[in-house]
Amino acid sequence: MKHLDAALHTRGESAYVDDGTPPDGLLHAAVFGSPVAHGVVRRLDVTAARQREGVVAVLTAADIPGDNQVGPILADEPLLATETVHFRSQPLAVVYAESPEMGRAALAAIDCDIDELPAITDPRQAFAAGEIIDRPRQLTLGDVDAAWEICDVIVEGKCDLGGQEHVYLETQRARAWPLEGDNLRLQSSTQSPYATQRTVARVLGLPLHRIEVDVQRLGGGFGGKEDQASPWAAFAALGARLTGRPVELVLRRDEDLAMTGKRHPYQADFKLGLSEAGEILAYEARFFQNAGCSADLSMPVLDRTLFHSNNCYRIPHLRVWGVCCRTHLPSNTAFRGFGGPQGMFVIEAALHKGAAALGMPREELQRRNLMVNGDLFPYGQRVLESRAERTWDEGAALFDLAAMGRRVEAHNAEHLGSKKGYAVMPICFGISFTATHMNQAGALVHVYTDGSVSVSTGGVEMGQGISTNVAAIVARSLGIAPRRVKVESTNTTRIANMSASAASSTTLLNGNAALLACHSIRRRLDALLAEKLSLTADQVVSVLDEQVLVDGEATDWTWNRLVQEAYFARVALSAHEHFATPNIWFDAVSGKGRPFAYHVFGSALTEVTVDVLRGTYTIDRVKILHDLGRPLNRSIDLGQVEGGLAQGLGWMTLEDLRYGDDGRLESHALATYKVPDVYFMPEDLEVRFLENAGNPLGPFHNKAVGEPPLMYGIGVFFALRHAIEAYVGEVSLPYATPLTPERVLMQLHGRRLADIVAGTDGQEADASSQDEEPSLTTA
Amino acid sequence: MLSESSPTYCFLLNDRIVAAAAPSGQLVLDFLRRHRRQVGTKEGCKEGDCGACVVLVGELDDDRVRYQPITSCLMPVAELAGKHLVTIEGLRLASLTPIQQAIVDEGATQCGFCTPGIVISLTALLLQEPVDFDPASVRRALSGHLCRCTGYRSLLASGEVVRRRLEDAGVGHPWDLERLIDDGHLPAWLAEAPSLLRSIQSADGSPVGPTLEQDAVAGHPWRVAGGTDIYVQRGDDLARSAVEVLGRYPEMRGIHRADGHLRLGALTTFEELTHQPQVLELIPDMAQHMHWIASWQIRNRATLGGNVVNASPIGDMTILLLALEAELAIRRGEDMRQQALATFYKGYKELELEMDEVVTEICLPVRDPATKVHFEKVSKRKTLDIATVNSAMRLRLQDGLIAEVGLAAGGVAPVPLFLKNTAKALVGQAVEKATVHLACRLAQQEIAPISDVRGSADYKRMLVHQQLIAHFCQLLPQHFSVGDFL
Repeated sequence: MKHLDAALHTRGESAYVDDGTPPDGLLHAAVFGSPVAHGVVRRLDVTAARQREGVVAVLTAADIPGDNQVGPILADEPLLATETVHFRSQPLAVVYAESPEMGRAALAAIDCDIDELPAITDPRQAFAAGEIIDRPRQLTLGDVDAAWEICDVIVEGKCDLGGQEHVYLETQRARAWPLEGDNLRLQSSTQSPYATQRTVARVLGLPLHRIEVDVQRLGGGFGGKEDQASPWAAFAALGARLTGRPVELVLRRDEDLAMTGKRHPYQADFKLGLSEAGEILAYEARFFQNAGCSADLSMPVLDRTLFHSNNCYRIPHLRVWGVCCRTHLPSNTAFRGFGGPQGMFVIEAALHKGAAALGMPREELQRRNLMVNGDLFPYGQRVLESRAERTWDEGAALFDLAAMGRRVEAHNAEHLGSKKGYAVMPICFGISFTATHMNQAGALVHVYTDGSVSVSTGGVEMGQGISTNVAAIVARSLGIAPRRVKVESTNTTRIANMSASAASSTTLLNGNAALLACHSIRRRLDALLAEKLSLTADQVVSVLDEQVLVDGEATDWTWNRLVQEAYFARVALSAHEHFATPNIWFDAVSGKGRPFAYHVFGSALTEVTVDVLRGTYTIDRVKILHDLGRPLNRSIDLGQVEGGLAQGLGWMTLEDLRYGDDGRLESHALATYKVPDVYFMPEDLEVRFLENAGNPLGPFHNKAVGEPPLMYGIGVFFALRHAIEAYVGEVSLPYATPLTPERVLMQLHGRRLADIVAGTDGQEADASSQDEEPSLTTA
Repeated sequence: MLSESSPTYCFLLNDRIVAAAAPSGQLVLDFLRRHRRQVGTKEGCKEGDCGACVVLVGELDDDRVRYQPITSCLMPVAELAGKHLVTIEGLRLASLTPIQQAIVDEGATQCGFCTPGIVISLTALLLQEPVDFDPASVRRALSGHLCRCTGYRSLLASGEVVRRRLEDAGVGHPWDLERLIDDGHLPAWLAEAPSLLRSIQSADGSPVGPTLEQDAVAGHPWRVAGGTDIYVQRGDDLARSAVEVLGRYPEMRGIHRADGHLRLGALTTFEELTHQPQVLELIPDMAQHMHWIASWQIRNRATLGGNVVNASPIGDMTILLLALEAELAIRRGEDMRQQALATFYKGYKELELEMDEVVTEICLPVRDPATKVHFEKVSKRKTLDIATVNSAMRLRLQDGLIAEVGLAAGGVAPVPLFLKNTAKALVGQAVEKATVHLACRLAQQEIAPISDVRGSADYKRMLVHQQLIAHFCQLLPQHFSVGDFL
């Protein structure tokens, strides 16, 4: 089954928030951001801006009728700053004008005086200054302090992990319509309509039922619109409420880059203890998360970092500790992987260093420590059906890991100007929201009298294919053709209290809820059939290809007839059902529980070539064997794996988020923040799905697929390291990402820098021919 | 946004002739989305980096119309006069086109925001003669597009499906518009475009207008050539201003040989340059170098003159032209003067050019055929990225000695830098490693890079060193190999 929206997309007919015909009187919002990263607001005067041409209103915090608060977990984030500002571009005022240009032009007339204070952008510095959010967290297994005694080899090191901008192609946007009474309707590009509804209601001081949030689709989200879509919707709602006119807010790319949060940068320390034979005995890591200026979702992100700190390796004695550090940057937020990638990178770095210390190939050390059934995760859950060894071994065989190794060694022996490297990246990713209460979903299914079906769930379509998955699940469950099923927009009046479309769990939760709703309708229809066809209790009714079967034998009842008869018999043809993932829990105090419904496994082989002269590189091939359970929709699942990989590769290499010491975003446009393009991706990219792998918890045995593939991208870092080491020999290079061409060149030739700058590089070689050097002054 | 004083531009929008009253500087993207409510064209970045806004622009060329994909976020409406603008709305045929169907079948669209632009760029391949859908061409079509969802493999696979279909049907060689229309690839009204455009041009009287000499272009604050940089830098100002579109001066286009020079009209686009036989005589590897410069969509607009006058210290084309020791033909009213490019830059974005002067031609000295040219560029991403450091070298040997050198580097000074001291010192040197080291040493004294978002000063210094080695290895492969310097 193809993506339901695909044909519309290719014809440019798919409607995004600002594509609908503008309502009469539509105003456009423009947001005034702080010119400094940290400071005390002395004066904020918007009177001149109010006089500008086309300006209808300029609002500040004082105008907010409800609570000036948008923090999703902790109440530490104002919609509009008041006494102090904590990041550059933090919203201070908002202009509503007849056109976007008039609104933006009026921003210049806002008079703002801020006493600038020193900004902190480094998480370790923030920690040292006591700037932490919530409490530090820790997970332990065994007795790590005692275990160091029995280790043959102990390595220690540091990691410095960069952040990542989402670059959803559609920037943040929302439209708000004031309705009769105190009601308000919003269209928002949000992954979490309920979170947006909650934020808007809070800011306006209205009960939730007054606010309707509707989401047709997103032009990409990737976590960046999980909670951070809400403030922009709140600005639109605030303007609509106070001016009585509809309001649209569309961030320009530069504003979106400057004003919204990213993937969390991390700094980390690790210590790894190994036996001589290459067994992991003990592991300790400390994570300093750069949370930005407020909590946002940083605590659950940190939780997932700690949860995934062992990746897929068995570690008997472990202590991982982490802390959210408050810095003067935009509040960092959810991004595909949600902290997991950072935790997994650090253990991979530790194993890289450990393997070098043991003199053992890195992949041998990785392979021998893969988790098997019964092994413990840091949170005390036992792995029930580990596919770590299966995906590693089958992937290595399928893609011929040994040949890759030989090819790389042969190339390196023959070539001076280029070096190859390769790496295996196994992954294990836990599926469920780490906050147990979020693992619930609702679905509403209507069967109309012509046999067509309408489905609403809490899942938001952002390209990942939730609508298509839900349609497939409903069609299969009801025994009807997929074209009979329409998946509706996601709307808070049809589905209440929905969780965000996130945590790779959207199909798991909403698909299962839709399945339950279909079961309810089917039960009623089956009862009707039992009566009409005078069936006995042992006879089995089913619907297949819109035909009613009894004990597998065709009847003269079709789906259409069944629906018609049910209607006239006054059988309810609608159902609303609720799904809650069973048997998951987590105790934050003890750091133990069973937070995940199941785990996704897989392995990736990555091969790269580094241009030793220029420091540039090519990703030659990535080969992935991925555990999907039983694919629900191969085309959509494949797209998730490939797209996730692309983002992971980008995060590790060229996506270079740069902030100045003053908190200014230097990579402030797509001209300076580069994401993978068509030439960047490997020419040889192959994804296979693990065969004969079920998953009783997923709808039709499907496994979640959204986030896990991103972490295959980590392999490119270690493949590049392998290539660099082939040139420079074994040295302690930093575990710092992204591994840009700059870092690569400096790691290859940094020791020659002083000679190169002084012009003495290579001097020894041609000392004899230097007598005629002209003398020059610097240009 | 329409003001009473806005001029009116007559052009073909898909199958209809429109007369649009708009400020001349208004972006085609804004015009489409706001004034025509044609919202299939998307805004992703408004700086030509994402391709969500790509449209086709066709120009009459004798009896047919030549179409190119262009980023509508960097193109003023004034540029459309007498041309054909094709948007995604124009590709809504009774059923999906084979390109659209392939994207659906290959799962090559997820969130869909980038998809209309990509469909346009792939469709542009069908409008080139001959139609070429091989993987390299499909990549070129995708070069100006970002897709954050798919990872591109499925898009490439879609291109391959279309290639096979064209091959099986025997369409494309030779190019046959009727066949493409009959097979559902293109809308039928494309066949009418030449006559419709001719009717516009004769009714409108355009493009006849004041000549370059007569025009009040002198002193006009906004003169737009390709607009691919000025709209990035000053988009807000331009969109509400009157701009002077230089494209209407035919004497600023075209390529001819005269006085020992190859004279390139200042409006020669990068893409035109790539395929020009006379240019290829001077720079045989032009297409190879061009691969690292911008994207197909930007190269269709970016001009030589614009690149030179924009004075970016890191302009790719400027660096190449500097190494070739290009000269500029500059017009002021009826007066013409020549100016060496090497002395054109006085400081950061400061030019030897008066407000009432216009660069009309870039003149390349025609040199001994033994002269070789090489271009190097390192950027964070290899393609469609601004260089951290770029450089170009021109070299000719005679009797085993270096007889002639031109050398320029970008990203290492406030101006695109002609390394005259290094070049001068190399003349007469023997072809040996010590000469390479001499060049590296002298270049370090001429450059003064600063640290910025594209790289640290140290990195840039190192890149100049490495690129110089690369130039010698590429230009004199029988004498040097990279291994000699590692």
